[in-house]
Amino acid sequence: MAIKKMAFIVDKLPYKSETSRLALTHAIASQTVEIHLEDGENVEPVLAFIGEGVLNCLRNQKASEAYGVTTLESHIKNALLTDIKVLICEEDVKNYGLTEEQIIMDAEDIGADMPSELVPFSTIMSEMESADHILYF
Amino acid sequence: MGKLTIGCFSSLVGSMTLDFAVKLAEAARKKGHDVDMWLSGNGTMLSKKGQRSFKDYSSLEKTITGLVEGGANVTACEACAESRGYHKEDVISSFGRKSMDWYLASCFSADRVLHIGGE
Repeated sequence: MAIKKMAFIVDKLPYKSETSRLALTHAIASQTVEIHLEDGENVEPVLAFIGEGVLNCLRNQKASEAYGVTTLESHIKNALLTDIKVLICEEDVKNYGLTEEQIIMDAEDIGADMPSELVPFSTIMSEMESADHILYF
Repeated sequence: MGKLTIGCFSSLVGSMTLDFAVKLAEAARKKGHDVDMWLSGNGTMLSKKGQRSFKDYSSLEKTITGLVEGGANVTACEACAESRGYHKEDVISSFGRKSMDWYLASCFSADRVLHIGGE
């Protein structure tokens, strides 16, 4: 059985460009990648937010009201719903003066079991080191 | 020989990033490597046929079509293209159009992935 780990690293702001949205939609696409692979093969995605990218993880986003587009918050929750590991850099959250209460820490409201994790940057580095491929958004 | 997957998220006009990606793909093919190129986000602009060549702007249609004829696989994200009004009939006929999971599958079987982000 071949599993390849892919690390989706996001360090771009939400909404300023399409980049962080594409990171999320590509990570979530790992849920259907099997249709292109052989039996027993699969992709293990890890999604990590660092630097300015942690601002994608703010709760109570209003983009659907302001712009009529889906929020990055809803995409992050969908990632959690599909059991994608979501890591948020603890140091960068602190650098922006944010607290855990302001960050999307779970998606229980849509039935997700897996929470996101506030982790030191060293943990994200370890995930990148153990990944087969890094997709840096 | 190996397989190289290049993800391109940058626009054809407005940066030189796609020019670099295409030159890289050409070099890899010349060395005998397999090349998959994934065009997503603004990168799907490269898949639009009928690009008019101006000296002031990047013009890659001829180059990229030649690359595909030479064996490279160039595939554009269908949703990203459709959202920009690039429908199936607007896309260079030798290009593929797939969903994002195709890119991940290409990465799966690649020896190296170069993910070239957008602006």
